[in-house]
Amino acid sequence: MYEVIAFYVFAALTIGMFGIVVTSRNALYAMSALAGGMIFISGFFFILDAEFLGVVQIVVYSGAIMALYAFGMMFFDTTRDVSEKMRSKKIAYSLSIASAVLVVAILCAPLVGESVEALYPSIEGVGNVQMIGVVLFTKYLVPFELAAIMLLVAMISGIVLASKKMDEYLAIEDEDLEDVKEGR
Amino acid sequence: MFETAVLVETLVKAVIVVAVVAGMAGFATFIERKVLAFMQRRLGPMNVGPYGLLQLAADGIKLFTKEDIVPQNAVKPIFMIAPVIAATTAFVAMAAVPYFPEFTLFGYVIHPIISDINVALLYVMGVASVGIYGPLLAGMSSANKWSLLGAARAVIQMLSFEVVTGLSVLAPIMMIGSLSLIDINDYQVGGITHWLIWKQPLAFILFAMAGFMETNRAPFDTIEFEAEVVAGYATEYSGMRWGLFFIGEYANMITISVLVSILFMGGYNSLWFIPGAVMMLIKVSFWVFLFLWVRAAWPHIRPDQLMWVCWKVLMPLAVVNILITGFVLI
Repeated sequence: MYEVIAFYVFAALTIGMFGIVVTSRNALYAMSALAGGMIFISGFFFILDAEFLGVVQIVVYSGAIMALYAFGMMFFDTTRDVSEKMRSKKIAYSLSIASAVLVVAILCAPLVGESVEALYPSIEGVGNVQMIGVVLFTKYLVPFELAAIMLLVAMISGIVLASKKMDEYLAIEDEDLEDVKEGR
Repeated sequence: MFETAVLVETLVKAVIVVAVVAGMAGFATFIERKVLAFMQRRLGPMNVGPYGLLQLAADGIKLFTKEDIVPQNAVKPIFMIAPVIAATTAFVAMAAVPYFPEFTLFGYVIHPIISDINVALLYVMGVASVGIYGPLLAGMSSANKWSLLGAARAVIQMLSFEVVTGLSVLAPIMMIGSLSLIDINDYQVGGITHWLIWKQPLAFILFAMAGFMETNRAPFDTIEFEAEVVAGYATEYSGMRWGLFFIGEYANMITISVLVSILFMGGYNSLWFIPGAVMMLIKVSFWVFLFLWVRAAWPHIRPDQLMWVCWKVLMPLAVVNILITGFVLI
């Protein structure tokens, strides 16, 4: 019974939070609500006894990704409202409602057909982490390694883009400093 | 019926943990002032009550009765909720931490842990890292440049030390094969020589350093360093909202102390004739004292130095440590 109560509480909180994200004009509200919503989603994982995924949800989405978003936001004045350019409200609303209905239909189709079966049913006495590890390093090894390589490529390209002219900039600064020292 | 019993038990435990830790956090401010004073050959608070002990109550009254000022241009709801986030996450992180060995009270076995989840270590670290939202939102909503600088430093600092914490703790986890803090504790049964600190000295040092960064303690307290950014994210705060930030900080300090004690220093296992609960108290007290000792002994470092040490020294060391541990295990 408590699980049902917890589910509805978390569901209401999550929908409320993401509602704020979409409707708010203030970037800071939207950001805090998004972080809150991400944390409330992890509640569902905990209800389903998938503690590992729940914690990963908190660590990755709320911890790392949102912190980066926030870092980007610091370059704007977040205390002011954002004026949005919306040409036609009708198109925006109808498109968003249509896509929402589509997502619900896609996700609910297997539930209606009652053909949902766990490919890897959880084994009694084996922990969450071990199960994920076994599946990750047997069946999904190639996608896992590919994702790792993709991240590596992204990281290296990020470093290259950021440090392209780093030496030049540093040299310019030194010259400027010397100029200042010599009173030019 | 059984579910209700579990719920009531959990609620009682949660209330006890919050009450005790909040009290300890308050007391820690007093201890901090006293210890710092003695290290600097001063007396510290002496006038209120015997030996200055009632200073704590006086500070509490001051904090509660002070006017709660919200700056005109601040984003009001976010500004008001930020300190609550800082304090709550610090307490939520404690839900998966075992404090003492289990004991029997009135014929009922009590496990002094609120919820024994399988991934306790990851959970505590994850929730503690969410605590960054306190300083972050405070800094961004205050409409104050010092606050914003403090928030920026908080994010930089977190992104740097999180890597070190995660990687340093990986090596002990590889040896133990479990993320549950109770399993980690049970792994170290059998006296001082079985403590993980002897098997993983490097991981211990890295984790301790990352712990200092996580709690914003000196020498890594760049986000609220007076000489550079006034009070950082807390510049615009006053009264109990300001107090909540610091309850959160001291609660985090206690969590880190408990975590280090369990991970590397034998946890709540009994030693010779000393029972486990007393051992735990001794270790946690020692760690809280160490936090104060380091603050008195070391100067601050700059944010760029902090990032340099995290990314160029500590992270490679942690990776090498994992590599060596892997080879030894194989």
